[in-house]
Amino acid sequence: MSPSAAPSKKKVVLVTKFAVRDHEMVPDHVLLTPEEGVEVLKAFNIVAPQLPKIHINDPAAKEIGAKVGDIIKIVRKSTTAKHSVFYRLVID
Amino acid sequence: MTVPKRIGKIRFGLISPQEFRKMSVVKIITADTYDDDGFPIEMGLMDPRLGVIDPGLRCRSCGGRPGECPGHFGHIDLIAPVIHVGFAKLIRKILRAVCRDCSRLMLKENEKNMYLEQIQTLERLGQMTDDTVNKVFSEARKNKTCPYCGAPQQEIKFERPLSYIEAGHKLTASDIRDRFEKAPDDDIQVMGMNPATARPEWMILTVLPVPPVTMRPSITLESGQRSEDDLTHKLVDIIRINQRFQENREAGAPQLIIEDLWELLQYHVTTFLDNTVSGVPPARHRSGRPLKTLSQRLKGKEGRFRGSLSGKRVNFSARTVISPDPNLSIGQVGVPMDIAMELSVPMIANTRNMEIVKTFVRRGPDRHPGVNYVTRPDQRRVKVTDKNCEEVAEQIDIGWKIDRQLADGDIVLFNRQPSLHRMSIMSHRVKVMPYKTFRLNPAVCPPYNADFDGDEMNMHVPQTEEARAEAEILMRVQENILSPRFGGPIIGGIHDYVTGSFLLTHLRKPIDRRGVMELVKKFEFSELPEPEGVVDGKPYWTGKQIFSLILPRGLDLSFKADFCYNCDVCKGEDCENDAYVVIEDGQLIMGTIDAEAVGAFKGKITDRIIKEYSPSVASEFLDRMTLLALRGIMYAGFSFGIDDEDIPAAAAEQIDDTTRTAREKSQQLIEAYNAGELESLPGRTLDETLEMRIMQTLGKARDTAGKIAGQYLGLDNSGVVMAVSGARGSMLNLTQMAACVGQQSVRGERIMRGYAGRTLPHFRRGDLGAEAHGFVESSYKDGLNPTEFFFHAIGGREGLVDTAIRTSQSGYLQRRLVNALQDLEVKYDGTVKETRGMIVQFQYGEDGVDASRRDYASTDNVKRIIKSVLKKKESA
Ligand SMILES: [Mg+2]
Ligand SMILES: [Zn+2]
Ligand SMILES: [Zn+2]
Ligand SMILES: [Zn+2]
Repeated sequence: MSPSAAPSKKKVVLVTKFAVRDHEMVPDHVLLTPEEGVEVLKAFNIVAPQLPKIHINDPAAKEIGAKVGDIIKIVRKSTTAKHSVFYRLVID
Repeated sequence: MTVPKRIGKIRFGLISPQEFRKMSVVKIITADTYDDDGFPIEMGLMDPRLGVIDPGLRCRSCGGRPGECPGHFGHIDLIAPVIHVGFAKLIRKILRAVCRDCSRLMLKENEKNMYLEQIQTLERLGQMTDDTVNKVFSEARKNKTCPYCGAPQQEIKFERPLSYIEAGHKLTASDIRDRFEKAPDDDIQVMGMNPATARPEWMILTVLPVPPVTMRPSITLESGQRSEDDLTHKLVDIIRINQRFQENREAGAPQLIIEDLWELLQYHVTTFLDNTVSGVPPARHRSGRPLKTLSQRLKGKEGRFRGSLSGKRVNFSARTVISPDPNLSIGQVGVPMDIAMELSVPMIANTRNMEIVKTFVRRGPDRHPGVNYVTRPDQRRVKVTDKNCEEVAEQIDIGWKIDRQLADGDIVLFNRQPSLHRMSIMSHRVKVMPYKTFRLNPAVCPPYNADFDGDEMNMHVPQTEEARAEAEILMRVQENILSPRFGGPIIGGIHDYVTGSFLLTHLRKPIDRRGVMELVKKFEFSELPEPEGVVDGKPYWTGKQIFSLILPRGLDLSFKADFCYNCDVCKGEDCENDAYVVIEDGQLIMGTIDAEAVGAFKGKITDRIIKEYSPSVASEFLDRMTLLALRGIMYAGFSFGIDDEDIPAAAAEQIDDTTRTAREKSQQLIEAYNAGELESLPGRTLDETLEMRIMQTLGKARDTAGKIAGQYLGLDNSGVVMAVSGARGSMLNLTQMAACVGQQSVRGERIMRGYAGRTLPHFRRGDLGAEAHGFVESSYKDGLNPTEFFFHAIGGREGLVDTAIRTSQSGYLQRRLVNALQDLEVKYDGTVKETRGMIVQFQYGEDGVDASRRDYASTDNVKRIIKSVLKKKESA
């Protein structure tokens, strides 16, 4: 891990922890409101358990404060479609 | 029919004697099967409670009729326990790991806890516990005295097949069972077993389950005699010995006799389970044929898994060698008459087809297309013969089914293994032909990956309207021209078709009237185009004009040909090599037709026609292209011989110079290296640098040699024509044949293996020179000297080994991938779901694009559309 830009000259802070969402390889995770979640389920005409899953302990899920039963929208970069949207149900 | 049930989970374990008894519907005590009247004997091996196989009877256990009743297990109480062969090795391991006195696993308490924890962690993670469990057994075995009761342990020798000898005494199955019974549950867990579902003593049988009669049906021979299944025979043996054993023991027979009988019982139970145990003579039928017992039913290629579940043999199919026939359409398949007269298509007689049906039947089985069988509405099948065909034809009425022989125009599925993609099975239309092989247009070889060096292919005849409709709509060859893998045409010209198109369309060679007639004789053109010009009062045409005849009207297209030299700046329409193809309104204006235009995997023209017209037009184009190209190559004349690899003496000398200089240069490099003057490249050692520089020098030498040879080999050389047009081979192949084979390599490096410090005894130790490490200076035409030949063999072998390994590895990978993906489906809303409706992808392939339906997102398309719209406006 590389040292972060020191806030002051006296103190050099070593970054031991960083937000995974800041990493360029981690796609955007967006926590949906319950209403938005229902919209998604309606759009695909499915029930929540038919969605792909994400574990509650997943670092990206933790960071956005997801709870079990929430739906997370994941927007990935795609070479052919520019953006590809994916939804995951939070489980434990 | 029973309602299909959903499997919740599968648990593997051992069955306990109690469970065997619980699932048993009857205890079998007598070895007899049927009484004198032919009725099954109660408590015998054919007890009616075990299920039914005779039609008309009902099962005494479930009330089901034959076919409905799945059969029910019975059981035999064994007089003495016997070892289950399948567990012989595991029994040995456990025997050596547990104390002979107190049956505890001989590990200290803390060790047990440690291993147990490891096993539980692995299980939680869903990983294999084998390694840890093996460690437990090997550690426990090391103890010579029991850490719990202090009893000294004896060495246990295992003798094949089933003897466990402890200090000279043979352990009986009872002894072993007693030991295992005493083992505490906690210890069993450390051995990687779950005591609730797998106690070690259950590996020693006291109760033998008797399989239901449904899995060992007896067959009645024509003489009225019953013939029993191999399993039944084996069970009879077991019951007989079991009875004799009991009688002898009750009568207080001497120990020796008891032991013999016990051994015999063990033998019969062993062969009942597996008749191929090494060291156990296989049980044989009276005829001397070894019996097929339980494990033989499952194991191997013909076993239940590989033979009956993963793959089955089917009716209405044929298999034979394939051979080419360019006169067939790509959508046809030539079927030998013998096959056409054996396979059939069902027809149901109705008011409208009655006369047709009767005509078929009247022809009988020997005049194609006739009828082999007719089925009456009451399902009785009547064989049609030469003698009874007239009679049968008169009887035909509405509802009769006739099995009509395969005839021209029938739709069939055609397949070549390995069926790796969906184009490996396509539907073709039948063309019945003489001789014994399937015939197909060589343009459809690429999707099947077929050639004619003895390949065989399979054909299946769909039997229902639904199957025929599916075959016709989804599986026709023309619907599969575009590959879903890369979106381009996978069907197209190969080899001579490419060469032929090239020879026909390259430049503007004049073709006289006679030549033109020869070229178009296979077609029905009503008129010829205007001649290109007149020489000596005689009109002449060009190949480009002839080729334009088979292009659809209105086709606009331009692209670089395969043989374009990739000039730094493409001159486009001004290309002086005739390598830029321009087609306007279905007229080939300029450029040469080669692999890029009509070849398989490339085929720009085919691709354009499918997208702008239809697959049927494209298929027709390919048919005509194959015919015209063949005429083209025949008209030009084409052959390749050893003298096509000849180069002028001057060129040979130049090439010699080149290789000599290269050799000298690498010698200089070596000298510089020895003198310590060689500068190492960044990130490389000195040795690596030297190797790289030598490889570079020699590689360049071959390229130069190739270029020199290339200068003397022009388009008048057949090899060059093939390489340049993309028909077969490359300029590198030609270089190797005519100029210099070049450096041989193993794993991308010069050849270094062999003796200490040298590759062959012909060289000095430490010689780093070109010829000592596999540089082949000769050409194939000149021939290789012995050392060169040897190095060439080394390099060639690596290639063979690589392909052999690659095919087996990719085959396995493919199987696993297909197993994981086979049930996924792209739904109408564009999502990918599996059978339970769980979403796998929200948009198929992230972008929802079907590669075979897209039209490359290039600006060329826009330009072309504008151009054709403007032209339409002009002409209007
Ligand atoms: Mg072959
Ligand atoms: Zn039954
Ligand atoms: Zn002990
Ligand atoms: Zn060019």
